[in-house]
Amino acid sequence: MNEQQQSLWSFIQQQSDKLLQQTAAHIGLTFISLLLSIIIGIPLGIWISRKKQWSGTVLGIAGVLQTIPSIALLGFMIPLLGIGVKPAIVALMLYAFLPIIRNTFTGINQVNAAVTDAAKGMGMTSNQILFKVELPLAMPVILAGIRTATVINVGVATLAAYIAAGGLGEFIFGGIALNNTNMILAGAIPAALLAIFFDFLLARVQQLNIRNARISLIIFPIILIVLSSFYLLPATIKGKMLAGFTPEFMGRSDGYLGLKDKYKLNIRTVVISDAIMYKAAFENQLDVISGYSTDGRLKAYDLVVLNDDKTIFPPYYAAPIVRQDALIKYPELEPALNLLSGRIKDSVMTDLNYRVDHLKESPEKVAKEFLMRQNLYKKPRNGNKGIVRLGSKIFGEQYILLQMYSMLINGNTDLQVETKTGLGGTKICFDALNNNQIDMYPEYTGTGLLVILQPKNNIVQEIIGNKEKVYEYVQKEFINQYKIKWLKPIGFNNAYALMMRKKQADELHIRTISDLKMFIDNN
Amino acid sequence: MIRLQNVSKQYSNGKAVDDISFFIKEGETLVLLGTSGCGKTTTLRMINRLTEPTQGDITINGQNIKTQSPELLRRGIGYVLQHHGLFPHYTVAENISIVPNLLKWTKEKTTSRVNELLEKLELPLKVANLYPAQLSGGQQQRVGLARALAANAPVLLMDEPLGALDPVTRASIRKEFNTLDELKRKTILMVTHDVQEAFELGDRICLMNEGKIVQIGTATELLFKPSNDFVSTFFKEQRFQLELESIQLKDIWQLLPKTIEGTDEKVLSPETTLWEAIDTISQATGLGAERFVTTVNNQNKQVETGSLMAAYTAYKNSFTA
Repeated sequence: MNEQQQSLWSFIQQQSDKLLQQTAAHIGLTFISLLLSIIIGIPLGIWISRKKQWSGTVLGIAGVLQTIPSIALLGFMIPLLGIGVKPAIVALMLYAFLPIIRNTFTGINQVNAAVTDAAKGMGMTSNQILFKVELPLAMPVILAGIRTATVINVGVATLAAYIAAGGLGEFIFGGIALNNTNMILAGAIPAALLAIFFDFLLARVQQLNIRNARISLIIFPIILIVLSSFYLLPATIKGKMLAGFTPEFMGRSDGYLGLKDKYKLNIRTVVISDAIMYKAAFENQLDVISGYSTDGRLKAYDLVVLNDDKTIFPPYYAAPIVRQDALIKYPELEPALNLLSGRIKDSVMTDLNYRVDHLKESPEKVAKEFLMRQNLYKKPRNGNKGIVRLGSKIFGEQYILLQMYSMLINGNTDLQVETKTGLGGTKICFDALNNNQIDMYPEYTGTGLLVILQPKNNIVQEIIGNKEKVYEYVQKEFINQYKIKWLKPIGFNNAYALMMRKKQADELHIRTISDLKMFIDNN
Repeated sequence: MIRLQNVSKQYSNGKAVDDISFFIKEGETLVLLGTSGCGKTTTLRMINRLTEPTQGDITINGQNIKTQSPELLRRGIGYVLQHHGLFPHYTVAENISIVPNLLKWTKEKTTSRVNELLEKLELPLKVANLYPAQLSGGQQQRVGLARALAANAPVLLMDEPLGALDPVTRASIRKEFNTLDELKRKTILMVTHDVQEAFELGDRICLMNEGKIVQIGTATELLFKPSNDFVSTFFKEQRFQLELESIQLKDIWQLLPKTIEGTDEKVLSPETTLWEAIDTISQATGLGAERFVTTVNNQNKQVETGSLMAAYTAYKNSFTA
């Protein structure tokens, strides 16, 4: 919260190391892909200027590549090239193709036919014509293409942050996730300045007269290679362990900042999107990731949660929250819902999530089997005493819980159940509950505290480390403010957690975050 | 020197050149004349293999041009284009040096050759470091010619060399071409659609139509012994001037009246054309009474407008008779 109040300038000063590193990575990423695109694109452009029958196909493919949304293109690269620099460079290279190939093609085609005819008529070989006549004369047009490609690449390179390739996107997406304007601007302004600066620079190169243009033909590639090598700079800070954190986690005091602050953890990090993080850890591309402790992928990829021994991650214990008027109207509802309390540990929830998210079993089947194992399942009574409306957020864990509650109500009461699944995020779900559109949904204590109640910072600091205190606080405040009751916790804690591959953690005897810190410091 | 034998060029939409044969002697200038699309440029481009003939053989100095690689062949043939085709990114000196550089001449040899050509073509030395865009159209065309002459190729192909110039510049460059010693020694094939230019620069003229040769011969042959109606109609518009320009004093000397002895005559060379002679006389008579004579076999004959015209008519009639 403090970060939002400080000025942009002080944010930049504070984060200057990171900003420089991200800018260098951004420049490197932009130009290494540009260089590759030039190395492949210009010969391709030359080739289609010779074999015109292929020009439609090649330009068509390059055009289609450009219409693929950038984030999707990055996504396509992951199965082929994993995460990190490689897929980002390839994606950016593909993006830069169209302007470079097309302008090379056009540039060569617009060379005065009388000039090439003269060159041929004087006995120049086709290579001599290409290098001494066509390419020099096409150069302004080719440079214009490179200029366009550069600006495109500076922009698209921000998205590279999603796949752990670094760059200014780390600040931009972190800022968006944390609703931190300073952080967004600290990434966006340098990115925009880079685009303007390189555009200006290339415009100058384009305007050079013929004599100087020849010199620039030599200097330009050198500059390009130097700029590309920027990418190698950040990579020189080597460490044994590599952590991949979401942009949001990177900027949170109950995330990476807390790790540095309370644990003094000093680990090499990359920023990566939640969607590919678990798999990357599984594939040895990352060693430590920030995840959610009951995520099914934990099991799918054989990861283990490190114990948060200094409790920096707030508790996110799940419990049903119910409108008080519904509980009064149907007194049998509360005992039925509480049947589940204390029944599901973290590892059990992880397993249930795994079956739904990864094995694609239906939430209904998973819920029913679990209740049967726990001897909680009863045949529906098909009563008609009244209707209870159940809601859920839009992810697997909530669907499973909803199915369980639905079965418990049907089996233990004469009430009927109406379910409204997929109510988006916290805000939509809570608003529906508060406005009497639904009667209950499963919520997490941390979310209730930090997202819905948002108490003053000193209160948060006082209670955040203690799961009982948090539960008591939200229970009290929800009743007071909204007439909504927190029932007994289900048992599991779906909180932020650091995770490692189980095998690696076992080998290195790392059980807690403190163990991890010790290991990193000793190596 | 250059021989074409039954050469044809077939395109998908028809025959551009249809069974053409001719021979150009060493040192001779043959002009291919005709309207656009008559196949004259195609014919020229087949000689340096910018276009490959569908049929027939082309030899230079008795050697079939197919026995050499196109690049090597072209380096031995000067080539002048209508739109000069100078490299816009090369200076004048660099443009002229292209073929010498391809032939790996030494730097000194090339530089002195460039300077020599600039001088011969009356281009100021300082243009050597300018770019083509900085020159006038006439200068550009001269540089284009210098480039074709640079490597001393014995054969020169000129495709509408003056086609892009205004009439005044054309006329003056044409005069220069006529006096340029380097051109006199060369075997030249030139393409033009300008009748005036053809008559002025060509030793012989080859009139083409629809891919075929209609008539090949000297200017007087084409004018006075046209092989068909196409030939006579082709020259109809400018016939009178062309005829006066193509007839020299020595051609009609026999038809001039008997010699009158006198003093202080001005002597005209027997190679003077009727057109020039009449021009000179009419200008001179404006100033005062002057007498002109021409000398063939040490024998003088007086030249005056009236007698010239009478001789001209008689000369013309001798062909139709």
